[in-house]
Amino acid sequence: MKHLLTIRELSADQITHLLDTADSFRDISKREIKKVPALRGRTVINLFFEPSTRTRTSFEIAAKRLSADAVNISVSTSSVSKGETLLDTARNLEAMAPDCIVIRHSSAGAPQHLARVCKAAIVNAGDGSHEHPTQALLDALTIREHKGRVEGLKVAIIGDILHSRVARSNIYLLSKLGASISVAGPGTLVPPEFAGLIEQGVLLERRIEDAIVDADVVMVLRIQRERQTDAFFPSMREYAVQYGLHQSHLNLAAKDAIVMHPGPMNRGIEIASEIADGGRSLILDQVTNGVAVRMAVLYLLAGAGQDGNGASSGGSMSDFEAESRAAGGVRGRTRKAKRGTRN
Amino acid sequence: MRLIIQNGYVIDPSQGINAGRNVFVEDGRVVGLSNFSEGVPEGAEVFDATGLIVAPGFIDMHVHLREPGHEYKETIASGAAAAVAGGFTTVCAMPNTAPINDNAAVTRFVIEQAERADLANVFPIGAITKNSEGTELAEMGDMKDAGIVAVSDDGRPVPNAGMMRRAMEYARGFDLPIIDHCEDKSLARGGVMHEGHWSLVLGLPGMPAAAEEVDVERDCLLAELTGARVHLAHISTCGALAAVARAKEKGLPVTCEVAPHHWTLSDEAVQDYDTNTKMSPPLRSQGHIEAIVEGLRNGTIDAIATDHAPHHADEKDLEYDQAPFGIVGLETAIGLALDRLVHPGTISLERLIELCATNPARILHLAEYGTLRTGARADLTILDPELTWTFDAAQSKSKSRNTPFDGYTFRGAAVATIVGGRVLYVHPRFVELGASKRGALAGVAHANRTHERVGGNRK
Repeated sequence: MKHLLTIRELSADQITHLLDTADSFRDISKREIKKVPALRGRTVINLFFEPSTRTRTSFEIAAKRLSADAVNISVSTSSVSKGETLLDTARNLEAMAPDCIVIRHSSAGAPQHLARVCKAAIVNAGDGSHEHPTQALLDALTIREHKGRVEGLKVAIIGDILHSRVARSNIYLLSKLGASISVAGPGTLVPPEFAGLIEQGVLLERRIEDAIVDADVVMVLRIQRERQTDAFFPSMREYAVQYGLHQSHLNLAAKDAIVMHPGPMNRGIEIASEIADGGRSLILDQVTNGVAVRMAVLYLLAGAGQDGNGASSGGSMSDFEAESRAAGGVRGRTRKAKRGTRN
Repeated sequence: MRLIIQNGYVIDPSQGINAGRNVFVEDGRVVGLSNFSEGVPEGAEVFDATGLIVAPGFIDMHVHLREPGHEYKETIASGAAAAVAGGFTTVCAMPNTAPINDNAAVTRFVIEQAERADLANVFPIGAITKNSEGTELAEMGDMKDAGIVAVSDDGRPVPNAGMMRRAMEYARGFDLPIIDHCEDKSLARGGVMHEGHWSLVLGLPGMPAAAEEVDVERDCLLAELTGARVHLAHISTCGALAAVARAKEKGLPVTCEVAPHHWTLSDEAVQDYDTNTKMSPPLRSQGHIEAIVEGLRNGTIDAIATDHAPHHADEKDLEYDQAPFGIVGLETAIGLALDRLVHPGTISLERLIELCATNPARILHLAEYGTLRTGARADLTILDPELTWTFDAAQSKSKSRNTPFDGYTFRGAAVATIVGGRVLYVHPRFVELGASKRGALAGVAHANRTHERVGGNRK
């Protein structure tokens, strides 16, 4: 695996390996000295074309905890209005020899576009309505942490499925690990073709109650207020009444169901505050796990046997297995490093 | 000047000819067809067409030549050179230039530039409305006198049904067909690819098939209301074809064309976000492709047109949703038709020639084109259905390279293009083989001279 562009193109084994690696990094953030030298001398550029607090900070902290040099570039406008194309921006950054470029962009496919010309490893931190691979990984890590497994779970995803990269990446990832998925939301935001997005099928429900019945995991998606102009639903008020998650809905779910939200939340619209702040909510655990997942991704792409510039070709399973072995080795080194730092 | 195209197999659907014939040409006109036994007239140049198909010159009724205004993408000269290199003797230039061809002055400019280029015949298409804004009729009569053969607001289709009705009624008075790019912008809004499974997977905004079909249905109803001749450009959906078939059953003057990429590639081709898969109408899903192929086979479709839409590499090398719509098509259309339609047995060679020559001439009322009748313009497309060749976009005569077919290998090619009795292009692969296999190949020396001239025009 040279880049992390999509979840769709990963195998269950690759996903499990990423999650296992993330597990092994989780305790670093719990220590007093939250730093290991795994990526010392490596450079990670966070290239963000869309506003983001959580994801950008998470990547930055992940890079720093691995001792990489992290550089943040926030570009508020898209390439067309800026006057420099995305590829020219990327080529300029590339000329400074980064090991990894983390990109967030409003255009679906922008990371693929970069991957065609860049030698550095490209990490998709969310592209348009396409995918958000690290979000899905951190969600899975959180589910695994609290449920012990993903296989056999029933996951309900509620809200704007059409425009959600989080929904897509999660549907791919959780189904690859054996969960069953049902989704619900306004008819304008849940196109019927979603049923066939994956081979196993996605269960589309009209009412959120039907999607939530017996669910082990309830994921609530953010409503993007700016899409209101496109008249996908009549008002925020009606959305909150018809499609917002309330305590009464949660009573339909499995007894120990957990609630997740990728943030940022619109309290009182897609999720009631008492749920967001309640005992079943794992919203802040998701954020914590985000750092571990991004450490694992950066480590596997910019470190572990990638020898500097991450120029190894392909993305084949055999490459991945080789990395896997290397990662196993370095997990040992991580522990040593822990001792080292404490000395 | 005399030319004889000797020993070829002539297929001319306009006269029902399907036989070995020599074609005599003098002073740019067809003088007649004869059996092989007749001798060569004195002083005539000979083009040896042994083993080849001799057809009336192919007409691409839908190209964008970008001049005036966007000469960095294409000029009339470079577009006309790409046309002859692709086997087309005639092209019809859409009016969405800058300025838009909505008045006789621009029409005359296009015609003069084409005469200067002196390659393929170029017929301008005028705008339906002023500046293609959909609000006021353009001066169709004036443009017709200056040389337009049809009217169209291609790319900016007339959104208002009442306006379209008036345009049809008015165009009818000048016997001009209305060519419509069917796309309801309120349905297609923001879309960059076909709406369906792949648009969901790729997270790209989709344009539903219904966006095209709503307008096709509207135009068929308006054709019935007004009696105007309506030609539907680049039809790409199952439902659009069904609407055309119903209109034809009713005997309405409705015709349609399809573009080669719409029978070749599906929306699955978008998955690498290659912007050379972005065009409007978009690449559709497999079911629509099957309907298009069936329409080509059963006769619902009247013409093949490329929708040749050159864009500079800098414009295409952007994020998928920000790149412009359109691909070049002149030099790959016949390869795609022979390789993907004729060889698998979907359509016959005769039907191909009907789609590329006979029908476009009939739709546009170009009596002297698309036929090898005595007295017709000596425009011929010579086909070698067996020639295997590989398209190299870097060698294209067009100024632009925006094609998804770079590196494709085709079985079947247009090996020579004759316009007004002059051999303007001979396929390089054919020349190569000719040197070893065919012995003396008349016309090649002349064609090579033309090559240089074509090169000179391109700068």
